[in-house]
Amino acid sequence: MEYRRSKILGRIDWLTVLMYLALVIFGFVNIYSSAFREDHPGILDFSQRYGKQFYWIVAAFILAVMGFMINTRFYYFFAYPLYFLSLLSLLAVLVVGATIHGSRSWIPVGAFHIQPAEFAKVATSLALAKYLSYYNRSLDQFKTLLNTSLMIIAPAFLILLQPDMGSTLVYVAFVLVLFREGLPASVLIVGFLFALLFFMTLVLDKTIVIIGLFVLTAVIHLFLEKKVNFTLKGIAMILLTGILFWAASELTGKNFSVYTIIFLSLIVAGIVFIPFFYRYKLKKSAILYAVLLGSVFFAFSVNYVFNNILEEHQRTRINIVLGIESDPYGSGYNVNQSKIAIGSGGFSGKGFLHGTQTKFNFVPEQSTDFIFCTVGEEWGFVGTFLVIAFYLLFLLRILMLAERQRSSFNRIYGYSVFSLLSFHVLVNIGMTIGLFPVIGIPLPFFSYGGSSLWAFTILLFIFLRMDADRMEIAF
Amino acid sequence: MKEFDQFAGRKYIVGGLVILLAFIYVVKLFVIQVVDESYQLSASNNVLRYVPQYPARGLIYDRNHKLVVSNEAAYDLMVIPSQVASFDTAEFCRILDVPVEEVRNGIRKAAGYSRLKASVLVKQLSARTYAQLSEKMFKFPGFYVQPRTIRHYNTPVAAHMLGYVGEVTERIIKRDPYYKMGDYIGISGIEKSYEKQLRGEKGVKIYLVDVHNRIKGSYKNGKYDTAAVVGKNLIACFDKDLQQYGEYLMHNKVGSIVAIEPKTGEVLCEVSSPGYDPALLIGRNRSKYFPALTQDTLKPLFNRAIMASYPPGSTFKVVNALIGLQEGVLFPSSTYSCAPGYYARGVYVGCHIHHTPLNLEGAIQNSCNAYFCHVFRNILDNPRYPSVYQSFDAWKHYLEQFGFGHKLGVDLPNELNGFLPDTSYYDRYYHKNGWSSLTLISMAIGQGELGLTPLQMANLAATVANRGYYYTPHVVKEIEGSASIDKKYHIKHKVGIDSVNFAIVVDGMDLVVNGAPGTGSTARIAHIDGIRVCGKTGTAQNPHGKDHSIFMAFAPRDNPEIAVSVYVENGGFGSTYAAPIASLMIEKYLRGKITRKWLEERMRNTDLIHGVQEK
Repeated sequence: MEYRRSKILGRIDWLTVLMYLALVIFGFVNIYSSAFREDHPGILDFSQRYGKQFYWIVAAFILAVMGFMINTRFYYFFAYPLYFLSLLSLLAVLVVGATIHGSRSWIPVGAFHIQPAEFAKVATSLALAKYLSYYNRSLDQFKTLLNTSLMIIAPAFLILLQPDMGSTLVYVAFVLVLFREGLPASVLIVGFLFALLFFMTLVLDKTIVIIGLFVLTAVIHLFLEKKVNFTLKGIAMILLTGILFWAASELTGKNFSVYTIIFLSLIVAGIVFIPFFYRYKLKKSAILYAVLLGSVFFAFSVNYVFNNILEEHQRTRINIVLGIESDPYGSGYNVNQSKIAIGSGGFSGKGFLHGTQTKFNFVPEQSTDFIFCTVGEEWGFVGTFLVIAFYLLFLLRILMLAERQRSSFNRIYGYSVFSLLSFHVLVNIGMTIGLFPVIGIPLPFFSYGGSSLWAFTILLFIFLRMDADRMEIAF
Repeated sequence: MKEFDQFAGRKYIVGGLVILLAFIYVVKLFVIQVVDESYQLSASNNVLRYVPQYPARGLIYDRNHKLVVSNEAAYDLMVIPSQVASFDTAEFCRILDVPVEEVRNGIRKAAGYSRLKASVLVKQLSARTYAQLSEKMFKFPGFYVQPRTIRHYNTPVAAHMLGYVGEVTERIIKRDPYYKMGDYIGISGIEKSYEKQLRGEKGVKIYLVDVHNRIKGSYKNGKYDTAAVVGKNLIACFDKDLQQYGEYLMHNKVGSIVAIEPKTGEVLCEVSSPGYDPALLIGRNRSKYFPALTQDTLKPLFNRAIMASYPPGSTFKVVNALIGLQEGVLFPSSTYSCAPGYYARGVYVGCHIHHTPLNLEGAIQNSCNAYFCHVFRNILDNPRYPSVYQSFDAWKHYLEQFGFGHKLGVDLPNELNGFLPDTSYYDRYYHKNGWSSLTLISMAIGQGELGLTPLQMANLAATVANRGYYYTPHVVKEIEGSASIDKKYHIKHKVGIDSVNFAIVVDGMDLVVNGAPGTGSTARIAHIDGIRVCGKTGTAQNPHGKDHSIFMAFAPRDNPEIAVSVYVENGGFGSTYAAPIASLMIEKYLRGKITRKWLEERMRNTDLIHGVQEK
């Protein structure tokens, strides 16, 4: 036993471990600075954030050792039970959870609060790896794609109910895993186009989007069928039904909205087109028209969801990133102050504990979601550049480790680790410098907070164990 | 287990994506931190200084638009401990004229609060000190002067009603984040109840300050500055001259005068004696005088007009008469004899010697105790009600409509309810069904458990003056720039008694003041030639000492313009001090001058506090 353990430790990827330690320690240094109070300088002072973080780091190290000491086989066999357990915990938090900052995301355990959403990422990664690693599973099968999507959406949906938009969006990261595992390009392209349409709808007026879609469809149709006559007739038909509906609404005094008229006329015109599609065997035209209808419907839905379902602060945050809205004292306050803090650091920074933006509490959530500001302000461009470079090396190292796995279970899990960490790092830093909406997710290993530190540590060290076992165990 | 990995090539896309994004971030950071100057505040360790812009507090005028409360400039010396470098302490202290120790302790204390936020070091420098200091300011990094305004009183008048402002406490800061350390807030009186209107809205100016404590300019050309909104001016209801005259008359007496304009409910004066000079509680003075004022056994800070509860005494007979008439158990012609005094089953209520028997008018005129004992018992033993419980509740209901037993709702803080017992009170005191109209007989003449504030008493006078209704008394008439004061001050409250019944009582009150000599009028001294004053005296028994002298009145009899109540603690009979003072107040208000100088002199020179009485 003693011999085996030393062998396992010998096989651990020490480079990753060292990088992990460096990130945790530099993170602590910045939390210390952002929460620093002269009357409580001791790093073990539990009344201060850095004091708490210190204990959480110690606990994280213990968890790292535990996570690493458990055999890969355990993770493989218990992947599904762990996944269901985490779904249960996400359900439980909706019932017994404590509400902090408007989200019911925390389960009180003694004096602490545990955030089950953080741990659900680990369980989802394991379950996804196990499911996709079965022989014969391929992402171009509809059933596999559906099940995989459900596995990812289930925890995301439960987290959305808390509501915690940030932690929900993290599950988008799994798209990267699926891509690596062979998600068909067509699915990605369609997804990308819809995302594009989504943003267009938010940025532009929906009438413009709809006219744009209409013109685009006409042009594509012209190229596909190469019959000017058909295209013109189609356009004429749609316009005619549109005019008829408009006239009807005016005459009856019902006063339909423009959008209702557009939508109704597209549907009626479509019905009129169906016999023509059959008669002239216009399969491409039929599909194109279906896509047009779908897109218009999607644009309407996005508008509806945006205006009626999203909450005010989420709307404004999206608007700020899209450049529609500027409100330096309201919702844009965080981002604006965050940029000032980072920008004020200049090239070489103001020095450790000398940040002023930080000290005056200009930047809210300084030690959690906006910890990168402290780096920017106190360590300057040198600091931010090094931190990003270091994170990049760390992520690429994990990517490399994932690629060197011999079993798909290990590789998929490794990719999940990579994707989740990348998403967190990129989105978190992106939001502090105004490249991404403020969705409030932590910077891995850096941000203040026990739950996220522990979850990321466990996530990483499970993978390091898999990596250490890669020559012996394969699934 | 899958062996063939056909998508291995996609790792380059994934890796490339992350590298690309990281590159974009680094470029963006380079732009923010190195290229873009607008984020650069740090080259020489610049600091933003957020200087709150304190708006001038709203002014307060009296009803005739005479300025009563205004502002004057003051300069607070602020310190930001983290920016303090070594400086010439001796010179600094010489300019400020404060001991070195005080400055040292002050800075230490400020650092204890926050090293990075500004704290007040010395409050309210004089304009002169300020001028001297600003010349040398460059020598003292970490200090700056914050201009602000403090209250200024043109005349020392109406201290209780106006109230005072003081620094916010930590409790207030926690409750309302608008306030920051060192801000001022209204603590009592109008200053408190109209705090929101008077204070305006603070603004903020953001300056760039270099290491030498020099303001380098406004941050981003004032893009993020907000302007302060000046507080709104108030027009108060009181008449400055009348108020001042009331305070003059109450000199060396303990008690209160409240006058109300009956047709509006506007409080014309609200005197609480002894008072104090409001200037004593401004700024730096406050710490000096406040302890002395709180320790004074005569409680000069206590606003007796709304915070003291007195038995109403015989003035209350008016109320019982009205209720008796309305309930149909008393008629103007009802006569009762007086022994002198009232005897029934071992109970005796004394009276003074006067004509007997008397009708209602005469009973009010003579203030006959026996008569009103009959009236009160008839009300409580009214056969219309099954038991004394129901008739008591009916009686109490009238009193509540008069505004007794609960806050009237004047726009001043800390108004007292007064006291009005209910049946359960007597059940507890005696036992269930263990009391009767006879047990409560002292309330027939306004003694016993009843407690009224002088304001409630003045409101009673206003209600009688209006023959049956009142408007909630209020001290602020107009808020400049606002449509109207609180709507509740425009609601007519009817007390549920017909105006014909008031007419009879008013006749009685007329006789109290204007009855022919020898007919037993209790307050002929309140008579003013040419002004028909109606009033009622009261003498409240005081278990702690000499009786309280009470008078309530209104004038003129028709279309009354002023209703007034006067309480003089330990003043003896109502006619001795309260009635003359009320009469002088009425004359002052209606005529603006006093013809009866001898009476004014006598009232002014009476000293009931130090045991010296005139004549």
